[in-house]
Amino acid sequence: MKRTYLNEFHLKNNGHLVDFAGWEMPINYGSQINEHNLVRTNVGIFDVSHMAVFDFLGGNQVEFLKYLIPNDVTKILDSKRALYSPLLNEEGGILDDLIIYHLGNNKFRIISNCATREQNYAWFKKIALEFGVDTNFKSDASIIALQGPNTLKEISGLYDLKLEKFHLYQDDDVMIARTGYTGESGIEIVSNANKGMEIWKYLISKDIQPIGLAARDTLRLEAGFNLYGSDMTIKNNPYDSNLEWTVDHRDENRDYIGKRALLDLKESKQCLVGFYTKERGVLRSGTKVSFDGGEGEITSGTWSPTFKKNIGFCRITKTYPKTGKSILRDKEINLHFCETNFLKYLK
Amino acid sequence: MAEVPSNLKFLESHEWARLEEDGTVTVGISDHAQELLGDIVFVELPDIGKEVTQSGDTAIVESVKAASDVYSPLSGEITEINETLIDNPEIINTSPYDSGWFFKIKPQDINEMDKLLDAKAYESASES
Repeated sequence: MKRTYLNEFHLKNNGHLVDFAGWEMPINYGSQINEHNLVRTNVGIFDVSHMAVFDFLGGNQVEFLKYLIPNDVTKILDSKRALYSPLLNEEGGILDDLIIYHLGNNKFRIISNCATREQNYAWFKKIALEFGVDTNFKSDASIIALQGPNTLKEISGLYDLKLEKFHLYQDDDVMIARTGYTGESGIEIVSNANKGMEIWKYLISKDIQPIGLAARDTLRLEAGFNLYGSDMTIKNNPYDSNLEWTVDHRDENRDYIGKRALLDLKESKQCLVGFYTKERGVLRSGTKVSFDGGEGEITSGTWSPTFKKNIGFCRITKTYPKTGKSILRDKEINLHFCETNFLKYLK
Repeated sequence: MAEVPSNLKFLESHEWARLEEDGTVTVGISDHAQELLGDIVFVELPDIGKEVTQSGDTAIVESVKAASDVYSPLSGEITEINETLIDNPEIINTSPYDSGWFFKIKPQDINEMDKLLDAKAYESASES
């Protein structure tokens, strides 16, 4: 099993380690609900160094990225900042979702999921070569996410950041981005493992709670963020995954992988929506949902620590009423459909 | 390390049974089980008066992570349920052997207790 450089820390600090796509990662450090609530109300840190960091060298990186992804990288050329995009195959199927970072001077970095690392590495290398770009996988990368309303206050002893959302700060060996996967104000700190250890120790010395991947999942669900492998797979396209906003066709002349398929498709008969129920029990992924005139399936479902009810996403036919039904342990459960961003919708 | 009290008997599926002075048997889930499940958010308890069988599914415990059946360590009749758990299921996480008990049974055949694991046997079964 693969381990991040913080593995020993997790073990010594009550981290319950599990196999996460071949990586031994902390699922919680005692209570995922307490960890979740700390991020919503205060601050917490996550070791997400299992995710894959790719740096690109030389060549025409702008043209490479314009062709690689459906979102348009020219949006972020004016400053050092980050862009979210799915990665598509020629058929428009989603291979992964990525954050693309403009490091300045038309140089870029991509962070992708860990389970798709080998696939992406091969894919990037092949496409990048056509643009004279070398792909460098950073094997000793540290990624620390500091998330919660007190993030900027807690990091101020190390870095005095005045960053807008999605913008980057950089010094010699550290990149800090105002990004995250929790729906809270937060940053993600990318460096090598040595520097990462220094930053991690500093934040732990300030009594900041480490947060496991279980809380990361409930935090992202409440914020309406898709999880690759659950809410979208290669069988889905951006239109049926609530990602229309990442398909940028403003530059008609730009070609990108999957464009023809998406133009033919135009839209999907299905969409990804949120659901919640006040009834007891937790509907989970794979459960069928039905309603007047349509049906579908839950892609992610959990108990929301913030709203204290069962929430989740489901992929259903595009015209749907306000409510639907599902079955949990032989009992009929009434569902309310809503936007996927529960933090906005249920507050 | 999860706690395993020596005065209790266990099913391999992580339920504990405690024989009370009045002859009833109190049932709950082990410390190890609550650790595996993580934060518990719902329970479904049996009706009082229900007849249950040894190793038959009797209750449901659901955490943020997963739902799991709770099996009865003995055959008999449900005489009492811990209603506090319905609104405060997190008690199972903090006190699995005490305030986090699930239900009480009037056993049909107390000799069934002999088929259960003692603390030592359960400890080694749950470690493997």
